[in-house]
Amino acid sequence: MPNGIPMERVEEIIDGYGCQVHHLIAIMQDIQAEYKYLSPAVLERIAQKLDIGVAKVYSVATFYENFSLDAKGKYIIKVCDGTACHVRKSQPIFNAIYEYLELEGKQKTSADGLFTLETVACLGACGLAPVVTVNDQVHSKMTPELAIDLLENLRKEETAHG
Amino acid sequence: MAKMNRERLEVRRVKAKRALSYQKRQILLCAGTGCIAGGSLKLYDYFKEECARRGLDVYVGLTQEGETEDPADPKGDGVYLKKSGCHGFCEMGPLVQIEPEGILYTHVQLEDCDEIIEQTILKGKVVERLLYELDGVKYTKHNDIPFYHRQHRIVLENCGTTDAEDIDEYLAKDGYTAFEQTLFEMTDEAICKEILDSGLRGRGGGGFPAGRKWDSVRKQPKGKKYVVCNGDEGDPGAFMDRSIMEGNPHSIIEGMLIAALGAGSDEGYIYVRAEYPLAVNRLKTAIAKAEELGLLGDHILGTQFSFHLHVNRGAGAFVCGEGSALTASIEGNRGMPRVKPPRTVEHGLWAQPTVLNNVETFSAVPLIIRKGAAWFKSIGTEKSPGTKAFALTGNVVNTGLIEVPMGTTLREIIFDIGGGIKDGKKFKAVQIGGPSGGCLTEEHLDMPLDFDSLKKLGAMIGSGGLVVMDEDTCMVEVARFFMNFTQNESCGKCVPCREGTRRMLEILTRIVNNEGSLEDLDLLEELSATISETALCGLGQSACKPVQSTLKYFRDEYLAHVVDKHCPHCNGRRKVLQIDPELCKGCGKCMRQCPMEAISGQIRMPHIIDTEKCIKCGACWGCCPFGAIREE
Repeated sequence: MPNGIPMERVEEIIDGYGCQVHHLIAIMQDIQAEYKYLSPAVLERIAQKLDIGVAKVYSVATFYENFSLDAKGKYIIKVCDGTACHVRKSQPIFNAIYEYLELEGKQKTSADGLFTLETVACLGACGLAPVVTVNDQVHSKMTPELAIDLLENLRKEETAHG
Repeated sequence: MAKMNRERLEVRRVKAKRALSYQKRQILLCAGTGCIAGGSLKLYDYFKEECARRGLDVYVGLTQEGETEDPADPKGDGVYLKKSGCHGFCEMGPLVQIEPEGILYTHVQLEDCDEIIEQTILKGKVVERLLYELDGVKYTKHNDIPFYHRQHRIVLENCGTTDAEDIDEYLAKDGYTAFEQTLFEMTDEAICKEILDSGLRGRGGGGFPAGRKWDSVRKQPKGKKYVVCNGDEGDPGAFMDRSIMEGNPHSIIEGMLIAALGAGSDEGYIYVRAEYPLAVNRLKTAIAKAEELGLLGDHILGTQFSFHLHVNRGAGAFVCGEGSALTASIEGNRGMPRVKPPRTVEHGLWAQPTVLNNVETFSAVPLIIRKGAAWFKSIGTEKSPGTKAFALTGNVVNTGLIEVPMGTTLREIIFDIGGGIKDGKKFKAVQIGGPSGGCLTEEHLDMPLDFDSLKKLGAMIGSGGLVVMDEDTCMVEVARFFMNFTQNESCGKCVPCREGTRRMLEILTRIVNNEGSLEDLDLLEELSATISETALCGLGQSACKPVQSTLKYFRDEYLAHVVDKHCPHCNGRRKVLQIDPELCKGCGKCMRQCPMEAISGQIRMPHIIDTEKCIKCGACWGCCPFGAIREE
């Protein structure tokens, strides 16, 4: 079980697509949906099962924004930076969360491994701008204060449940 | 189930129509992404439970599971509960519509449900406080509201009134009759000709005539051909296609079936952005239902025609909206555009001839077949017939999804439908067509919006995003924002786009920070010209449009940044900046950011701005994590 991802499950997903190369993107999406990121071992296994080069798998995995090669936090926070959210001031929300999580430089995941902060291109919920999602649940008309409240509540819940 | 043929489908449709006619009392809950985020699904569950608790018969679908007999008229006071597609009026969500009166309730919360049931459902009275209000007038009916009243909804007609997950309701509203007509009564040539005659142009950007595209694929030698639907709506600020996929998925499937008949294809793909999980689910449900009814698969309705349809999820690359990048992505490759010709119609998915249109285009096809090319041509302008859906967002009163005839002016859209600019401010510009489009200003407000008139101005309809900007918006900052987007999304295949957009972003950032020079403006113009001439795909060629159009119409704002080093929009609009001691946590970030050392204070204590030293640059505003900087 390298990096906590059971290879049996990975193979099951690949077999589910009949080991067909054109399903490469869908395969990686499904694996990431369950394990939040793609580890080197997983990418190598995919290459092996589909009988293609590891370089090809990496080339596709790194091309698309949605794939992550780094482990992520339990809660993935996405701040929408589409045009509508941008003109309704989404940047201060991002900054507030960045500060709150005490992130530095290009760091995305908080030290406790609980939160990962990302931006996302338009979610298409422009009528509700600015929008923040936490594990794909949409929170509308956010402000920096509301965003911090949201994270504080999640953090409290986590400590309460040990 | 017995094999479906035309007669059996007709029986099912008649049955569905009858069932629909029985539905008098309906509660329609908007289940678009916007309203779901506002909690509309919780409202749905509550209505369902509460109506049942009060002894009302609650129905959730047209035909009930396992029902073989004709549905009987429930006669009594049954309530039909439906999850509809997006109404488009997202600003006012969650929306609840009550039929048969057509009452529209806005901003409905859980605690309002009891009152709606008691007053409206049981007594037929209107709950005044939940109505939409404008300038002191309350509007009871959905159709009377100026936002809807001035629209012409044909493609979006069923979004908001139909249960998106119920194929019977689509059938009852004459769904799949256009497909039947093409399957049994028209030749492939006639289908292509009808679409060509209607003048339908691709709604995804370029505006290429759909009929001509289909006909080119039809004329290719026999063999494997594909029909692909582009649902990779990547333009930030656009959500027309999302709403159609969520609210009326069967219209897309029907449009693709007709295209497949016209072009001679037996397999199709719908490529949807990964950011639209609800659309993916609705499409998958719709496809499964259509397969169950024998409207997709082998030997459709007992004929020789077969069509298999798949849904592919994108993985977050804007460039995949470009045709050849999209097909590369379906094939499981990096989504990078290739040199054209050969065009997609000759050499598309897996190097086979391919019809590639976007969601809105396919969705219009069944209507054209059913009502005729002449009907479609009677709407809109001569060269751009039909309607166009726009996503109206930004600093406008009514944000949401609208549909108007081609040729409608910006003034009608922004002021009559959109209700004007937020907070009574002045209109400055509107960005049309996303990062590949350009901005239009006051002088263009009365120009008819269609493919050709926009092209002349160096803008384009694109997919139809309209982002409205008020007088406070700095256009240089807007140009920088779009360049940041394109730079991020450049696939990196060709140098002019990969390197050029990066350098342009650096220059724009420099200008926004008041560190630019006059030479920078020349450099921007030179780079823009080079990139648009030499880039391979549409993304690169149009990447500079926002810069070019802002340079053309708002050159004074660039000059304010480079010559005066003081932009009236970035700085001037703020009178005095102050720190709200209630909100300030004393983190010290603003103090470090301030270029004038105008901020002082102790860590963990509220800070103060020295208004004498402050130049109102707004650096503190931008960096404050707590939104504590206030404009007094």
